[in-house]
Amino acid sequence: MKVILRNPRREIALTGKRRVKELLRELDILAGTVLVIRGDELLTSDTVVDEDDVLEVRPVMSGGGA
Amino acid sequence: MKCRKCGGAAALELRRHNAAFCSPHFLEFFTKQVAEAIHKHHMFARDEPVLVAVSGGKDSLALWDVLINEGYRTAGLYLDLGIFDYSQESKARCERFATARGQTLYVERVAEAIGAPIPEVQRVTRRPTCSACGLSKRYLMNRAALARGFAVVATGHNLDDEAATLFGSVLHWQMDALSRQAPALPSTHAKLARRVKPLYRLSELETAAYAFLRKIDYIVEECPFAKGATSMAHKELLNRLEESSPGAKHNFLFGFLDKARVAFEHVEPVTLQECQACGQVTTGELCAFCKLADQVRRSGRSSRTARGIEERSAGAGDTSGQEDRERVMPGPPPRLVQAPSTTVSIE
Repeated sequence: MKVILRNPRREIALTGKRRVKELLRELDILAGTVLVIRGDELLTSDTVVDEDDVLEVRPVMSGGGA
Repeated sequence: MKCRKCGGAAALELRRHNAAFCSPHFLEFFTKQVAEAIHKHHMFARDEPVLVAVSGGKDSLALWDVLINEGYRTAGLYLDLGIFDYSQESKARCERFATARGQTLYVERVAEAIGAPIPEVQRVTRRPTCSACGLSKRYLMNRAALARGFAVVATGHNLDDEAATLFGSVLHWQMDALSRQAPALPSTHAKLARRVKPLYRLSELETAAYAFLRKIDYIVEECPFAKGATSMAHKELLNRLEESSPGAKHNFLFGFLDKARVAFEHVEPVTLQECQACGQVTTGELCAFCKLADQVRRSGRSSRTARGIEERSAGAGDTSGQEDRERVMPGPPPRLVQAPSTTVSIE
């Protein structure tokens, strides 16, 4: 599968099925800090993602100033 | 994972509520949380014009979207910080959002108000970028609201923002900040607009999910100056806590608001007056924004003076330009404002 990461934007390729929560654990990303997007849908942590999926892992943390 | 309300496929899990929702029911949940915030804190009436401060990010555009959908009378305010491509892209998103929904968007340029864009302000004043930026935003939001007849300004601060601010204030026991932290700040002077935070009940994950599901084109990239900011470090710490203890951020913020905030009210009563230079509200003779602007002008003057010395050495002696600049900022010279130290002194 192709995983698009942001800030900075980059892509990684992974093989094999896994649940979203396992994917995030592999990437060392806390589940509550990102949206996991496939096409126009949001995926929950128990969703199984497939070999040919394209996913975007979009961080939700913003800020710096008030 | 199933939606708590309809049993359909869930789009988002809310661990702090031990619940999950499908897309329509999550949007319903989100809207109800905003309505609850507005109602509970008497933020604004249904027919009252609201100025929504927008940055092009998920929170402020989500806020503007939900207020428009709920039938509130709104206009947007975008403050152009002059942060390279980041500001250009975020401004473009705000303009497209407003145009698509037939809303008015006011744009104010920080560089016009303060004499330089935020990166230059940071360079010449050497104060933390987020500090100068936050100060400028608060000042210009209030000034813009007054100039355009809005009694209330709504900002996109969410639960994570508020919890991180509270965490920072508690770390330093900033009593004045703790006394001011609230979802709705009333007007305490004829020249102060009310400031309200209708998203304070919603987490950053929830505002991002709302923006995505509503197909809002927001800027995902973070501000280039946010990296390394103290508030971001506090958010990261709280996120780790939340991971192991869902609801920790919620309980921290809501516990403070419901049980502890009252203890900090009126801890440092202040007398408000009008700034001698600009007329905006301040506690001293000059407001912090005018002091900052003066610091920027002086630094510019220093570099121009250095160039002028070289020019005068060639025979020029005209000081009229300098006199003009002196008239820009009446009143006493500014005092340095020091940021709170993070070091701990040993007693």
